[in-house]
Amino acid sequence: MAAGVAAWLPFARAAAIGWMPVANCPMPLAPADKSKRQDELIVLNVSGRRFQTWRTTLERYPDTLLGSTEKEFFFNEDTKEYFFDRDPEVFRCVLNFYRTGKLHYPRYECISAYDDELAFYGILPEIIGDCCYEEYKDRKRENAERLMDDNDSENNQESMPSLSFRQTMWRAFENPHTSTLALVFYYVTGFFIAVSVITNVVETVPCGTVPGSKELPCGERYSVAFFCLDTACVMIFTVEYLLRLFAAPSRYRFIRSVMSIIDVVAIMPYYIGLVMTNNEDVSGAFVTLRVFRVFRIFKFSRHSQGLRILGYTLKSCASELGFLLFSLTMAIIIFATVMFYAEKGSSASKFTSIPASFWYTIVTMTTLGYGDMVPKTIAGKIFGSICSLSGVLVIALPVPVIVSNFSRIYHQNQRADKRRAQKKARLARIRVAKTGSSNAYLHSKRNGLLNEALELTGTPEEEHMGKTASLIESQHHHLLHCLEKTTNHEFIDEQMFEQNCMESSMQNYPSTRSPSLSSHAGLTTTCCSRRSKKTTHLPNSNLPATRLRSMQELSTIHIQGSEQPSLTTSRSSLNLKADDGLRPNCKTSQITTAIISIPAPPALTPEGETRPPPASPGPNTNIPSIASNVVKVSAL
Amino acid sequence: MSGCSKRCKLGFVKFAQTIFKLVTGTLSKDKIEDELEMTMVCHRPEGLEQLEAQTNFTKRELQVLYRGFKNECPSGVVNEETFKQIYAQFFPHGDASTYAHYLFNAFDTTQTGSVKFEDFVTALSILLRGTVHEKLRWTFNLYDINKDGYINKEEMMDIVKAIYDMMGKYTYPVLKEDTPRQHVDVFFQKMDKNKDGIVTLDEFLESCQEDDNIMRSLQLFQNVM
Repeated sequence: MAAGVAAWLPFARAAAIGWMPVANCPMPLAPADKSKRQDELIVLNVSGRRFQTWRTTLERYPDTLLGSTEKEFFFNEDTKEYFFDRDPEVFRCVLNFYRTGKLHYPRYECISAYDDELAFYGILPEIIGDCCYEEYKDRKRENAERLMDDNDSENNQESMPSLSFRQTMWRAFENPHTSTLALVFYYVTGFFIAVSVITNVVETVPCGTVPGSKELPCGERYSVAFFCLDTACVMIFTVEYLLRLFAAPSRYRFIRSVMSIIDVVAIMPYYIGLVMTNNEDVSGAFVTLRVFRVFRIFKFSRHSQGLRILGYTLKSCASELGFLLFSLTMAIIIFATVMFYAEKGSSASKFTSIPASFWYTIVTMTTLGYGDMVPKTIAGKIFGSICSLSGVLVIALPVPVIVSNFSRIYHQNQRADKRRAQKKARLARIRVAKTGSSNAYLHSKRNGLLNEALELTGTPEEEHMGKTASLIESQHHHLLHCLEKTTNHEFIDEQMFEQNCMESSMQNYPSTRSPSLSSHAGLTTTCCSRRSKKTTHLPNSNLPATRLRSMQELSTIHIQGSEQPSLTTSRSSLNLKADDGLRPNCKTSQITTAIISIPAPPALTPEGETRPPPASPGPNTNIPSIASNVVKVSAL
Repeated sequence: MSGCSKRCKLGFVKFAQTIFKLVTGTLSKDKIEDELEMTMVCHRPEGLEQLEAQTNFTKRELQVLYRGFKNECPSGVVNEETFKQIYAQFFPHGDASTYAHYLFNAFDTTQTGSVKFEDFVTALSILLRGTVHEKLRWTFNLYDINKDGYINKEEMMDIVKAIYDMMGKYTYPVLKEDTPRQHVDVFFQKMDKNKDGIVTLDEFLESCQEDDNIMRSLQLFQNVM
């Protein structure tokens, strides 16, 4: 149960009065607040620095050192204060956590010192607030690396239930680290891309002369070898493309994607060349097509994160780029026109037309200055210098924007990956703690039944036994107990629920197991109908016997393979929004041989009540106001 | 065919707009964050003496209550969302939002959409320190969703369904579809004296006072503070 919400517990309990008229059964007794303490200030002396706070502030988190009775060990009788021989700086953060519910990590603090303090005060670092969590984790990782400590960052091996072959293939393509085969494929394709690009380049290098003719490029000299290489590469690329096409979850979308277009463009020239005959005019066009083979180099972007980011940056900077282009075009046209008319007068001027001046303007504005076209008139020189100056300005302005965009996106990408990895671990731990809180109730219920049974036998000493839960916990549990009584149903945990379903379906359909469990909606209805059928078969003679036993002993509650929820693991002190959906899937395929008998807590009945509890809940008859828990005995 | 030409025209217009934006450099506008003007309603409650006079709490108790209230709602008022969140923390098994909604409407006597500390404390005073009569009247007000003075079966169904929602899925015995309905039928049999299908305040008070269980359970939270 979370932070200051404990202060709202009186309100929640008061609101429970709304259930009273609706309930049919009597409510359990409230836990008595034996220690009628007024809220008092307590003094915490941490290495000489005195902190003061209300007692109830500290009691908000009963499973930490300061919130529990553990702090009594540090109580100093002479000065009537709690003395801790620890760092007061970090204690400030710890105490603020109690006050506000948010734990912060101060940047100036050493990470291991902070961790030690948190461990001492019994606080989980996972509840550090979002504002400081990233910093904390970063520092922690740095520290671990520095100490050469191998912190396992567990690879997210999602054991997805039986992916189809097609899905595994797609996953292998997209993420080569999933299996060795995928990795091999990844490297092989990378190698062949490199080979293909290199052959394209080397093909055109002049290779030495064949006697009797001019110097030939290597491509023509060793045409067979190059042709074989090219064929091999194209084979590989074709196979890869077809495999990707087959594995893609949405083939239409895959075909439209940029990478697949690049793939197609890279291998088409080869096939077109095969089909084409050695026609003179057509082969000219065919040679031009070969230029598209260079697009194979873009296939590397699948292998390189940085390339992808560059592409993404350019896409996201489209606005700036567009503006740059437009302003450049404007400037080019203006200056080209001016230069043309300025140089019109001079003889043998290279500035034959305005489009011809475009070349001069571009070369000048980008500060290239080839020198193939130079103005000769004075006016031309003046305007030429203005042109080059303005070129520097126009180009220099948008470029830093693009650069900063790239930097931002790159770092964002890095941070996103980091955060993703951290988030999963963090949420898992928080979820565990949260289920701890609901499990705490169930666990204490089982323990509590023992207490209630003992209470009624009138042994006051044993009342205090087992009261490890704080007052707030017991009040919260009492509230949940009232809700159970109002609705005449009990809370159980997921495993027991599934067991019940399993058993009831096992009972009546021993032959077919899985079909009845497949559809979840059908599950509850089948469960319930079978439950009512089954309970009516319970012989009445069974019931009094078990009821008699209930007073003396608790039958063991067998839970298969469950964790041992202890009260101390209920790190329920997390200020969370209750939005985790309990995701049930009744897919347990084990048969359980549990004997589950829940003794009826005889809350207000006198001893020797002989009326048997009703066999099934929610009947149409008006249930007399006695204990109404169902005693269920199931044996397989 | 007209649809096609219309689409073409739309596409062309969009294309022209994109070119225009590209040229003027306003293609990717920074998303203007909608400044959610959170009306920083900062409400301060009346003085401690006044509240002490109006309710049945002592000064110390009011202090403790206010500290908890202010901690969770620094602005001094609770809105429905916060109310639901707080209430949901107590019931991790199921979904407490519907019942919290009805509770909120019962607390928010002036139907303003927010609960101030005074409303909060007044209601708590009734629930924890009030007479039996007052408590039953408050409960009747809770059940009467549309505040017309009568409880009919649909309202009761909603309330009971909301209570059952708080139980969640993992219950023993398993919750059936018609369990709430049966529960409501039982309730109406008990409460509706003249069998006219609605429960008035008098019928409600009378029936509850006849039932020992209810009387006993109303005293259950007497010493919650």
